[in-house]
This record gives sequence, structure tokens and C-alpha cells, in this order.
Amino acid sequence: MSERVIAVSESLDMHSRPSPEVAVEDPGQLIPVVRSTSLARCNPLTKIAVAFVLMVGALLSIDLVSAGVVLLAAVLALPATGLDLVAAAKRLWFLPAGALLAAWGTALLAEKTGDVVVDFGPILFTTGSLTAAAAIFVRALALAIPLIVLVSTIDPRDLADALIQHLRLPEVVVVSVLAASRLLGLLVSEWQVLAMARRARGVAGGSLLRRTGSLISGAFVLLVVSIRRATTLAMAMEGRAFGRPSRTWRRRSSFAVRDVVAVLLSLAVCAVAIGAAHMLGVWNPIIG
Amino acid sequence: MALPITAAGFSWTHTDRDQPAVGPLDLQIAAGEKVLLLGASGAGKSTLLHAVAGVLPEESGEATGELLLGGEKPDPRRGSTGLVLQDPDSQVIFSRVGDDVAFGMENLGLPAETIEAQVPRSLRALGLDLPPEHPSAALSGGQKQRLALAGIHAMTPEVIVLDEPTANIDPASATEVRDAVLTVQAETQATMLVVEHRVELWIDHVDRVIVLGREGIAAQGPPPQIFSDPDLNDTLVDCGIWMPQHSPTPRRGGTAGIDRSSGRLGEVLLRTDRLSVARPRMATPAATDLDLSLRAGQALGIVGANGAGKSTTALTLAGLLPEFSGQVLAEAALREGAKRTRPFAWPSKQLAARIGMVFQEPAHQFLTSSVATELELGPRLAGWSAAESQARMDELLEVLGLTGLAQAHPQSLSGGEKRRLSVAAMLAPRPRVLIVDEPTFGQDALTWAGLVEMFLDALEHGSAVIAVSHDQAFLEAIGADLLELGDRSSAEHAGTSGSDSHVRAGDRGE
Repeated sequence: MSERVIAVSESLDMHSRPSPEVAVEDPGQLIPVVRSTSLARCNPLTKIAVAFVLMVGALLSIDLVSAGVVLLAAVLALPATGLDLVAAAKRLWFLPAGALLAAWGTALLAEKTGDVVVDFGPILFTTGSLTAAAAIFVRALALAIPLIVLVSTIDPRDLADALIQHLRLPEVVVVSVLAASRLLGLLVSEWQVLAMARRARGVAGGSLLRRTGSLISGAFVLLVVSIRRATTLAMAMEGRAFGRPSRTWRRRSSFAVRDVVAVLLSLAVCAVAIGAAHMLGVWNPIIG
Repeated sequence: MALPITAAGFSWTHTDRDQPAVGPLDLQIAAGEKVLLLGASGAGKSTLLHAVAGVLPEESGEATGELLLGGEKPDPRRGSTGLVLQDPDSQVIFSRVGDDVAFGMENLGLPAETIEAQVPRSLRALGLDLPPEHPSAALSGGQKQRLALAGIHAMTPEVIVLDEPTANIDPASATEVRDAVLTVQAETQATMLVVEHRVELWIDHVDRVIVLGREGIAAQGPPPQIFSDPDLNDTLVDCGIWMPQHSPTPRRGGTAGIDRSSGRLGEVLLRTDRLSVARPRMATPAATDLDLSLRAGQALGIVGANGAGKSTTALTLAGLLPEFSGQVLAEAALREGAKRTRPFAWPSKQLAARIGMVFQEPAHQFLTSSVATELELGPRLAGWSAAESQARMDELLEVLGLTGLAQAHPQSLSGGEKRRLSVAAMLAPRPRVLIVDEPTFGQDALTWAGLVEMFLDALEHGSAVIAVSHDQAFLEAIGADLLELGDRSSAEHAGTSGSDSHVRAGDRGE
């Protein structure tokens, strides 16, 4: 038994070696899921629907209220996603920064209505342009958060199960794409090794022309290595009877009450967002 | 349950070649028999295995004669054949181990309840006591091979086909993988066909050895008979087979374990000062408190378990990764004009002329479109004259036995040739320090000896060699001192005991 434990702990090979106190983490995941919540256990299709509904609520109108309601709901729901929020903050700090940048641009360029707030050379902010900027900022975040939660909590395998079993997508295609997507992750670490290998050979750096040349040769090597990988993978899959008709599924992709609740809640948030904007008279639709 | 394999005049020819890749071949393997398949590289061992597994793509070649499994043509969709390939990374299909084991059973159309019950059974049978949700990316090479075996175990195959299943993993894990294969065979009673250069791993566990020559079967029989037949000895050695009981010796440089008395060692080239190493963006170091110094003409082997930080240490010493803490310092003899003392601070061109690094996967390092220009590149970048680079290139081609392939594309070479080329390309500009990561993985006995020779030559010319290796015989052959990286505490121990400016080798494993 103790031998097994050692085997597991030394299994983290040279590519990644997280600190021992962290449970084994899938290196391919954007933000690790640390708790299993009902929202995290929802069907992937439900998660996509929820994210879509929320994004519609935030997208239809450029105003502070509708996007604000969606953002508030999304932030309040974050603990229910089971994501490691500290890791999220560490990896996604650039999102608010990017949203702020978009807001700055809007404040500079939007129609200058209302009272002047800042007038400093070329920089002219009015209450009108600042309101538009705030709306853009809130909207960007309200769009980003559901998307990130979506990407981080959906297991690709669950999604594949759902796509095949509920949407009847062709299984050979979905499973092949699923298997190939794992190789995409390898590509990133492969590229890092290639960069080091080029430096070791003495061809990294130098003039722009040299850099371009070595980039191209690096890309070629990456292509060769990936094609070889893909061929082997295809052979391994074929060797395990892949492509035979009447495939079964180990896991049934199913819907539960929690899926209905999640969709209804998101619809409610969307309705409140749109209703509140109308009631407060700030509705500013993007179309029409 | 097992199926016999029979071939009658079977051959396979790639569409773009004249010579068949394998055969014509007559073969009789009884149901449940365990067969070790040997042969020189290029004899078509892999092609034969793929044909038996039924995964040779029909459009890429032409078969003649007959190859039958239990009277029928091989068809992987029947699910009667289990195939394990050489590269552990390319065989993982899904990102969770449970899904990966279930893959074959799902393809066979088994009911979900059966699959659900079988997954943990197969994982346990192969010594992988992991939850089905465990990410497959976090497995070691040996564990990935056992995962592939678990997937096959779950399908209860009638024939098991293994294409060098242990070539890319370290020797300790290789034994575990071998035992895992035998477990699957014992439980399923399947016919087993394995290709492997490391004969000693299998010799006591197979019923028959088949030696594949250029024209069909060169020899076959029970292992004791094959390996005690003096007439066959030369054939086997020419095939690059690791003969049991005696390891190959390099032709030049004489006996293994050459005399490395202190007189041979030159000045200190590279030194570390309380060095800790880590992969980029890792919060904790992979190895800590390394104090070592490397002299001209010295060979240093970095050994230790998987995950002990060996590769990370090598990359850091090579100036390719920044130090986590502490420093890697180049002494004056190595700096020779470089301003900075830390190799990591050197521009790429200065680095390549002083410290060569050979990666585990040779394909990563090739930059040009021919073997000749590949060998010429280093000297040219180091500012050698055209005549000098040309002479060096010719010399290396000769040593490598690649003169005939000087214009071939590096990516088109065989595995063993690629490995030798990647080492030679790094050695070409005669860097004072050469760092290599598992140089002998997947080598047959002949290429192994060729590699040893190249390293001995570099050492004789006053270069220092650092080798990350699980291969005891290799480290002994180049006379390496050993630095053992263990868990954190033993690394510290190695560090303090080596503080007298020379790495205390500990035991040489003799």
C-alpha cells in the first residue's frame, strides 16, 4: 500500500510539480475547481444555457443598470461555482484591468454630454462619457465572468457526452476532437521545450530576421512532432476498437432538478436586469 | 480465449518504397504463446506488430500473402487485439484515467454498468490505485504505459501486441510495466507478441524468441537455445540486441570505468552556490541547496527517482532556466570572454559555444534540413572558419556512421540515429560543458556503444559532461561521479557532503 502512495506522489513528472499540499490538479484547467457544488455538477449544456442567458442580459443594452444586475448576480454566485477564487484572482487579474482600459477609451471617445468633470488638455470627461465608460466596464466583466466559469467548470469529456447523447452530434467526430484537444495542451509545453532547445543551439535572439527564421524552423519541428503524436494516438485509438458501430457510454449525461433551477434563476436575473433598466429609464439597446 | 497467429508468405510494402518493410514471412504462433520478437532496426518488427493489430493504414501500403488471427484477417474493431506502443504520451486518450480505461469497452458496446464495475478492477490489476477522476496528465511515463495496459486488460483481449513498451521509460518503471504486461497475459491467457531491445527484461518470461532478419525469420526457438547458440551470437549482436549477462563495450576507450584519478581533471568550469531549481512559475523548488563544482574532464551523473528535479537541475545548469535561488557560476576557464558569470545571462550564441544541452527528445533540437548542415551549424555560429567546420563535420559524420546520410533530413532518421545526431550536433563546436538528459533511452546495444564512445572522446578533449540518467551501465562506462537527488532532505545531504568543492559521489553502485 505504501508503495502505491509513493508511486502516486512521484508520478508528477518533470513537466509539472505542484507543491505537495495541493491535491493533484489537472494542468489543462484554467482555474481549479476545489469544491463540488450543485452548480458545478450541472449538465454542461445547462451551464452553456445559463451563461448564454446571462450574457444576453448584459449584452442587449449599453447601460449601467442591466449589466450591473447581471454582474452583481454573477459575483454573488461565484462561491456556488466551487472554483478556487484565490487562484482565479491570481490568474485573471488582467480582466478588470482590460475592462478598465476599455472604459478609459470609452470615456475619451464617447459623446461628450452632461457636465464637464475633467478637462485636462486632450482629456475631456463629462458625466455622459463617464456613465458610458462605467457601463462598458461593468458590461465587460458581466460578460467575462460567466464565460470563465463556463470554461473552468466544464469537463470536456462531460461536454462531449452531452453533445453526443442530447444533441446527437456524430460520435466519431466529437470523440476525435476531444482526444485531439488533449494534444493541444501538450503543444504548449512542447513549444517551451523548443524555445529552450533553440537557445541551447545558439540561434535564439539576434536580429528580427534571425528570430523570424528560427521561429519558422521551430514551427516546422512542432508540426513534425505533432503529426507523429497524432498518428500514434490515432493508431492507439483504432487499436482499442474505436470506429466500431454501436458504441456505448460509460456515463449517462442527464438533467436534474438543479439544472432547471439554474436555468430559471438565470432567466430571472436576465428579466430583472432588463426590467430594472426599463423602469429606471436607462434602457439603451444596441440594436435599433 | 486466445487466438493463434499465422502468416503465410506475408509481406507489407510502403507505397513509396520498392523493398517490403516486412517479409515475405511464414509464421506460426500458437494460441496463448508468449513470443519475444527481435531484429535489427529496419527489419520490420513494428510493421509486423501493427499488421497483427490491424492498424496498418490500408492506403499507405500493399500487403501480399496472408496474415490470420485465429483464421480471420486482423480487424481492430473486433476488439480481440490489445496494442501498446512505445511513446507513453501519445497513447493517453482522455484526460481522466477512468475514461481512458473505459474507452475500449465503450467502443465494444458493453453496458455502462459492466464498464463501471470493470474500470476500478482493471486499474487495480495494473497497480494503479487511483480514483477514476485522477488526471492522466499527472501520471509518470511508466504509469501511462500501465494505464494503456489497463485499458487493454478491461477489453479481455485474445492477442496482446507490444511495440517496445518500456523503451521510453526508466529501468525501475520498466520492470513494473513488464510485470503489468505479464499480469494481463496471465489473466487473459492471451497470445502475446512483444518487441523489445532489452532482452533481459523478458527472457525469463517468454516461451519463444523470434529473430527477424531482412529476409524473413533468421532464427527462432526457446530463449536458452537462442542465446546459447554460438552461431547466432554474431547475428544477435549485429541486430543491436542487448545480450543478457554482458553489456556491450565501446570499441575505443577500452574498459568501462576508465581511470579518473585526479590527474586527469582540469580546472573548475562550472560551480553552483546553494542552488535551488524550479520549473518556471512554480512556487516550490524541485531540488534545493545544491553545491557542486564541475572540472574539465569530469563526468557527473545526476540520478534519483522520477520527479526529484533531475531534468530541472540539468536545464538550470545549462543556463536555460533561471535559478530559483542561489546561483550557477561559470568560472574563468568557461567564461572566456563572456562578461556575465551566470550562464542564464549569456546570449544564446555565447551559451551554445560554451555549454551544450541535449534534450530528452532529439527531434526538438534539429534546426536545419540536412544532417551535414546540422553538424556544421554549431561551429559556424561559434565563429570557426569554413575549413575548420568542414573538417569537424566530416570527422563527426565518420564517428556517427552517418556519412551516407549527410544530405538526409534529420527528422527522417531512425530513433537511434536522431539521438546520436543530436548529441553530435551539440558536441560539434566543442563546448567545454556538455549536459545531456537521458541520452540512452530507447537505444539498442550498438547505438548505446556509439554514444558512450562520443562522450569518452569529449571527456578526453577536456570537456566536462553532466548526464541525467537512469542507466547505471552508461554512467559507469563514462566514469561518472554521482549526484543523487532524492526527496528534499537527501538533496540537502548531497549538498552539504559535497561542500568541499567536489561532489562526493556517494556509492558508485558497483
